[in-house]
Amino acid sequence: MYYIIALVALVFVVLTGVVIARLQDVIKSVKKEEAPDAVPAGNKLNGAMFIIVLVLGGIAIAWSYLHAREFFLPEASSIHGRRTDDLFWFSMGVLTIPFILVNFLIFFFAWKYQYKKNHRASFYPDNHKLELIWTIIPAIVMALLVFTGWKAWSDITSEAPRDAEVIEITGKQFNWIVRYGGVNDNKLGNYNYKLIDAQNEVGIDLSDENSFDDFQNPTEMHIPVNRPVLLKIRARDVIHSVFIPHMRVKMDAVPGMPTKFWFVADKTTAQMQSELNDPNFKYEIACTEICGQGHFSMKINLVVDDEESYKKWCSEQATFLQTYPEYLAKVPDNLKAKAMKGLPETTAAPADSTASASL
Amino acid sequence: MSAVEGMDTAHVDAHDHHHESQNFWQKYVFSEDHKIIAKQYLITGIIWAVIGISMSVIFRIQLGMPDSNLSWLKPILGGWISESGKLDPNFYLALVTMHGTIMVFFVLTAGLSGTFSNFLIPLQIGARDMASGFMNMLSYWFFFLASIIMFASLFLQAGPAAGGWVIYPPLSALPQAHPGSGMGMTLWLAAMAFFIVSQLLGGINYITSIINLRTRGMSFDRLPLTIWSFLITAVLGLISFPVLLSSVLLLIMDRHFGTSFYLSDIYINGEALPNVGGSPILFQHLFWFLGHPEVYIVLLPGLGITSEIIATNSRKPIFGYRAMIASMLGIAFLAFIVWAHHMFVTGMNPFLGSVFMFLTLIIAVPSAVKGFNYITTLWKGNIVFTPGMLFSIGLVSLFVSGGLTGIILGNSALDIQLHDTYFVVAHFHLVMGAASAFGLFAGVYHWFPKMFGRMMNPTLGQIHFWFTFIGIYLIFIPMHYVGIAGFPRRYYQFTSYDFTHKFMDMNMFISVAAIFSFLAQFIFLWNFFYSIFKGKRAPLNPWRSNTLEWTTPIEPVHGNWPGEIPAVYRWSYDYSKPGAKEDFIPQNIPYSQTLESNFPHENELIATEKLIEAQNFNDQFNAH
Repeated sequence: MYYIIALVALVFVVLTGVVIARLQDVIKSVKKEEAPDAVPAGNKLNGAMFIIVLVLGGIAIAWSYLHAREFFLPEASSIHGRRTDDLFWFSMGVLTIPFILVNFLIFFFAWKYQYKKNHRASFYPDNHKLELIWTIIPAIVMALLVFTGWKAWSDITSEAPRDAEVIEITGKQFNWIVRYGGVNDNKLGNYNYKLIDAQNEVGIDLSDENSFDDFQNPTEMHIPVNRPVLLKIRARDVIHSVFIPHMRVKMDAVPGMPTKFWFVADKTTAQMQSELNDPNFKYEIACTEICGQGHFSMKINLVVDDEESYKKWCSEQATFLQTYPEYLAKVPDNLKAKAMKGLPETTAAPADSTASASL
Repeated sequence: MSAVEGMDTAHVDAHDHHHESQNFWQKYVFSEDHKIIAKQYLITGIIWAVIGISMSVIFRIQLGMPDSNLSWLKPILGGWISESGKLDPNFYLALVTMHGTIMVFFVLTAGLSGTFSNFLIPLQIGARDMASGFMNMLSYWFFFLASIIMFASLFLQAGPAAGGWVIYPPLSALPQAHPGSGMGMTLWLAAMAFFIVSQLLGGINYITSIINLRTRGMSFDRLPLTIWSFLITAVLGLISFPVLLSSVLLLIMDRHFGTSFYLSDIYINGEALPNVGGSPILFQHLFWFLGHPEVYIVLLPGLGITSEIIATNSRKPIFGYRAMIASMLGIAFLAFIVWAHHMFVTGMNPFLGSVFMFLTLIIAVPSAVKGFNYITTLWKGNIVFTPGMLFSIGLVSLFVSGGLTGIILGNSALDIQLHDTYFVVAHFHLVMGAASAFGLFAGVYHWFPKMFGRMMNPTLGQIHFWFTFIGIYLIFIPMHYVGIAGFPRRYYQFTSYDFTHKFMDMNMFISVAAIFSFLAQFIFLWNFFYSIFKGKRAPLNPWRSNTLEWTTPIEPVHGNWPGEIPAVYRWSYDYSKPGAKEDFIPQNIPYSQTLESNFPHENELIATEKLIEAQNFNDQFNAH
């Protein structure tokens, strides 16, 4: 489909070829005349080229824009995302005016005021009124854009609502790990990077009772629809960056400095599948800060559920302690009983015995 | 700012000069002559440009034609191409990193500013040479040393630095994180430290020369805009490069001496590191405190060169000379207080984000003034399309087109989605990469006759322009589309995600356009090197220009002017003055000789001419 762009390029090349051929003749004729002033060969042709490039370039840009449009800004699925999309297209619209105007003037003037024999340019060194006009107009337009942008930015980066679902996402070379507060208390437990090991990948601190029912998942993140979600973002080794294209979410994951981003997704994965008529549609989370060899494939899928399925999914997840009961040994004695509450007795018993054995 | 008043306080240079005969090494290699040093910078810059752009072609092939077999590159890249002809992903990142480093620092900082600041400052202000020829020589040889080290890093077994040209720690600080963070990064840091030393030596020299060595009558309001741009650029560099040096030194400390400036809470390769309390974001603040002014260090010389060439070839005075200076000063000032717009999504305080968004968008105002002033200079001109002029007009178009998308990116709310996507890549390549490169080309075409005493072939220059200009737009307009679709930058391939599983043909188109533009540069290379030896002999003033360099002999001698340095009586933009015989009046023509074209206030200045002529203090050959 982009062959037409290639075709336009080809036209440019052919045109330039023609220009070269014509230039050869012009050079010859100029050489005979031996122009006294330093006007290079082919001044007229170069002037004409400005108009040709202006017209063909305008057509090419308009055409390619229309045909690339279908892939622009994939359908936004968050409330703030639609707002920034609108702002983006509004700003682009405003900026298209100077883009067209300025480029038109540059190309048109270059052609119009090309060298003419026995003609003299106007001596026009300044005009304060004009300069004032084109200082003030951009300043006003900028003020408008700054104001709308600032409003959106402060709303997006405001404190998350209290009822936000808090989910932790940790970046490491080269995947993401998500952690949930758990179905009992729905609070994330503390962490410490020194507690990280092969199983405890995000360094959950099991001396904090909030962590007993935490569960984590390295392949899929689920979030509820129409409810604020607060991502608590951190990194284990180098800087990563959480990028959820459809949600218009991006925030760096920095080792040693937790960051956050909250948003409201308002379309479930199923809704998007039917809306886009694509049963395979998936929300994806990518990394946008260079982090090493696997940077280009640091992916985790995102599933937006309706409230019911989200609750169901959460309750089906095995907590960290259920998956690795041996970590009960790290739980302080006075909290052991609480920690074991969720564990099936079969796993809890041997874990307890190893724990007491180690004491 | 009267011409005479400013000079009374100027410094008297009591430098004894001896016309010793110099041997080959003194004359062409360890030369202290600014013209030779400028050529050294230019040739080194061109060699780096060929290397840097070739790298981009290799990774464009990888991105645009992911299935292609790259075995034909094995003779050059060896083990970086796998048995099946695929590019190594680590080496892809190294290519991206080195392309950025080379183009930004070695080509567009050293190659552009180094060449033209050195060449034009003494010639256009009317000086025998730079304030310190020795420091100037050191400046080039520190750059050469940096070049050698950076070049050597390309041949390391583990590859050169590969953490992106911004080398964010911890990735760049931890050798275990990435092969490119080992010896390659060590050499990168060493090379950059020497590079900064070179920039500082050069910058101090540029500033000192411009302030102290202006010839009789060359007041600040008669300086060509080129010199103004070099002055402002040098000040920018002098303030910001030391900050980069300190950030580099702290990174070296973190890498080799166990400090924790940038490191905290890191678990890598099965090991929790002891470092706590550092901040990776600190590095980003320090880096961008240079990194953003660097954009203008690269661009301002291009804008200065363009101002000069557009005025000369429109045969018109530059429109709004004072506004041009004011907007350059404004841009330079704002350049220091906008750096955090590169960091909107690093988790820094959102309030800070608002402040930096506001400051960033203000830059659009002086930039707009510059754009409109260029256009008005073209208006009602009598335009001669020399290759230098074409590239200057092209620069204005690229500067405006690329600058406009900066208004989108400077808006923190919109930057959330676009940050680190190809939209950013397209934006800065247009406004800073291509625009500055056009400034470089314009300068080379325009001052080639002065540099080498010969003309470049104008027809080839014009063809080179059209191919490059069209090529640049064919590459970067579609790249905006790819960015709007959300494609992240620095990805080895786009196959891992559904949301990047489109635009295959668009990426291929960009790559084809890139290769096409790359090939077009060989027209320039041939023209340049051929013309040095075989070009048509240049006349004294081929573009009928007003500035002082055209009053020197065709090939300026050591000390630039064989006799006395000319005095300056007027600004450099008296083109097409009503009543004048010719359509240009060089700066060294006194008002008393142009009674027919003088304005009333200029007739009053005739009285000061004797005073100007009586002064002779800045001639290093004629100290008294």
